[in-house]
Amino acid sequence: MKRIALLGMPNTGKSTLFNRITGASARVGNWPGITVDLMSAKVLMGGHIVELIDLPGLYDLHGFSDDEQVVRHFLSNNEVDLLMIVLNSSQIDRQLSLALQIRNLGLPTVLLLNMQDEAKRSGITIDSASMAAKLNMPVLQISAKYGDGCPAALQKASQQLSVVNAKILPEEISRRLEAENQIEAEMQAIVKTTVQLPLKLADETTDKIDKVLLHPLLGLPLFFIAMFLLFQFIFTVGTPLQGGMAWLLGEFRTLALEPLLANLPTWLNGLLLDGIYNGISTVAAFVPIIILFFLVMTMVEDSGYLSRAAFLMDAFMAKLGLDGRGFVMMLMGFGCNVPALMGTRVMRSRGMRLLTMLTIPLSLCSARLQVFLFMIAALFTAKQAPWVMFALYMVSFGTIFLTAVLFKNQFQNKEPFILELPPYRFPTAMQIWLRGWQEVKYFLKRATKFIVFGVVMVWALTHYPTDVPPASMGTLAGQIGALFAPILNPLGIDTQLAIALIFGFVAKEIVVGSLAVIYGLQGDALMHHMALSLDWVQAMSFMLFTLIYTPCLSTIATLKSESKSSGFMWLSIIWSLALAWLVSFIFYQSARALGF
Amino acid sequence: MKPLNDLNTGDYATIHAIDAEQSLHQRLLALGFRVGKKIELIRRASFNGPLHVRIGSTDVILRASEAQLIQISH
Ligand SMILES: Nc1nc2c(ncn2[C@@H]2O[C@H](COP(=O)(O)OP(=O)(O)OP(=O)(O)O)[C@@H](O)[C@H]2O)c(=O)[nH]1
Ligand SMILES: [Mg+2]
Repeated sequence: MKRIALLGMPNTGKSTLFNRITGASARVGNWPGITVDLMSAKVLMGGHIVELIDLPGLYDLHGFSDDEQVVRHFLSNNEVDLLMIVLNSSQIDRQLSLALQIRNLGLPTVLLLNMQDEAKRSGITIDSASMAAKLNMPVLQISAKYGDGCPAALQKASQQLSVVNAKILPEEISRRLEAENQIEAEMQAIVKTTVQLPLKLADETTDKIDKVLLHPLLGLPLFFIAMFLLFQFIFTVGTPLQGGMAWLLGEFRTLALEPLLANLPTWLNGLLLDGIYNGISTVAAFVPIIILFFLVMTMVEDSGYLSRAAFLMDAFMAKLGLDGRGFVMMLMGFGCNVPALMGTRVMRSRGMRLLTMLTIPLSLCSARLQVFLFMIAALFTAKQAPWVMFALYMVSFGTIFLTAVLFKNQFQNKEPFILELPPYRFPTAMQIWLRGWQEVKYFLKRATKFIVFGVVMVWALTHYPTDVPPASMGTLAGQIGALFAPILNPLGIDTQLAIALIFGFVAKEIVVGSLAVIYGLQGDALMHHMALSLDWVQAMSFMLFTLIYTPCLSTIATLKSESKSSGFMWLSIIWSLALAWLVSFIFYQSARALGF
Repeated sequence: MKPLNDLNTGDYATIHAIDAEQSLHQRLLALGFRVGKKIELIRRASFNGPLHVRIGSTDVILRASEAQLIQISH
């Protein structure tokens, strides 16, 4: 088997090309540092079975950040048959330096000048034949996003694989990685003779959009207004979808499942229908909203706005001991905290990385979004809904900022802040679709793993012992709830909700599922019952607690593996529990004191 | 000669020297900051936030403290 690695500066389209070649769905986004870990896939290329590897972007071979280390570590420990270097054609005047560094390693290489479409539009012409002669490696112009030139590039690559090369051992690469090299002058000479740059290079559309979005006074308000409108949109479009889906799943139960399972013993029938089916279908009803949410996230990530958000927020973040990239990671955390935690690998100083990682679990992820959509739909009017949601996101920001301020002295750092601002781009329909599909697959995976486990456990706890009414104080669930009552009663969180919270520790998707199991209801009936048994103050207090306490086991595992410190993991867990309790307590008690 | 920090919004200058420590220097080089290159200050963020500069076809944002390390001349 042959091994080919994709290598290049950040945000040059390596993952886009990887997806095109392998049909995989590596995450793509217009932000330098989307890929921070290796991803590989096997493909057939001109008669060879090839393992293709998508590497994180790196600025130069001597880089110090954790994502760059991943690349160095890979090159120093694995034999590679071919390196495909991916450059952004529009920025060839600076990115060629990396190709030269890699050439000096002596590995077989093919140089791919990507984003040919953009280069053409801004009037850059590159004489790839004479560049190939000067560099002594094949040079091809491609567009990974739209596909131009990709077949030719693949053909070239498989040709190169057939050329027998003297193998260079990884140890030798590792030694050469240490060597310094003088390439500045050579790069300039090559660019001068092979590249024609127009006099004025600016992308005018991007400049125009930036004038508005980065406006010194309007920039930040526009950001928050856009965020609010987004929730309004998700509610208006998503809520009917969710209702429809819940209705469909309910019909399926009455029309198909109930007759089918009627002959089973009562307890098994109950476990399957009131336990597993009710639990999962209540969660599944939110899938359309989650897809919708991720479609929006994909567009935001791929637009190039994230770097702009970093620009707008950096001054404020600096006061918290963080920088603009930390804010971007929080926004990424809105999707899922795990990739956001890994995204901090682009930071070089440990203090900055840890402080950012301490704040990310407080970012309101899509799993928590489900819980809130559910509670809000049950207890608030359609008019109030977007405002309540917006308020929860603001609380999320608030707890993040508070955490950073309180801990910034423990995690001091002097990390420089320099970030590329890519041009605005728009994802293709294919990219959006792939990403949406990816999220559905991910959801189904979690559903089969965590949610089934969670709802079965909750069902068992609420139905044992069998001689008392389900979910009453006599059941195991009731007793566990009673145990936590002294802590949770002052927050207005009753026994039933306490059980949901306990299992929510595993994953937030379980919370909604277990409410369905606890109340033994589904769809409208469940929401109606919730509205009768809780008032809005209790619901809000419950949501605040859910928002702030530890998001899920996967996040905890990632915190530990990324920080390489159990102490840090415990700090995060304990801090978030304490803060959750405090915020809910203050909210609940003051709301009651004010007479609500 | 003056630091990049002192450039006015909308003005061009030429990079004269970069005094950053090694790892930062390398990152700056990779982003296209090289002696002799033309640099333009596009805008500054409010509240003394980062500078938005353009070198060739690359747009970069950096803090004033980093911009302080880059010497420019007209
Ligand atoms: N116009 C254009 N855009 C492209 C092309 N290839 C990739 N892009 C866009 O460039 C951005 C970055 O693409 P990625 O594939 O995530 O880049 P990457 O090199 O994997 O980036 P890192 O993982 O951060 O190193 C995305 O917005 C892509 O849609 C291309 O050929 N033309
Ligand atoms: Mg990538």
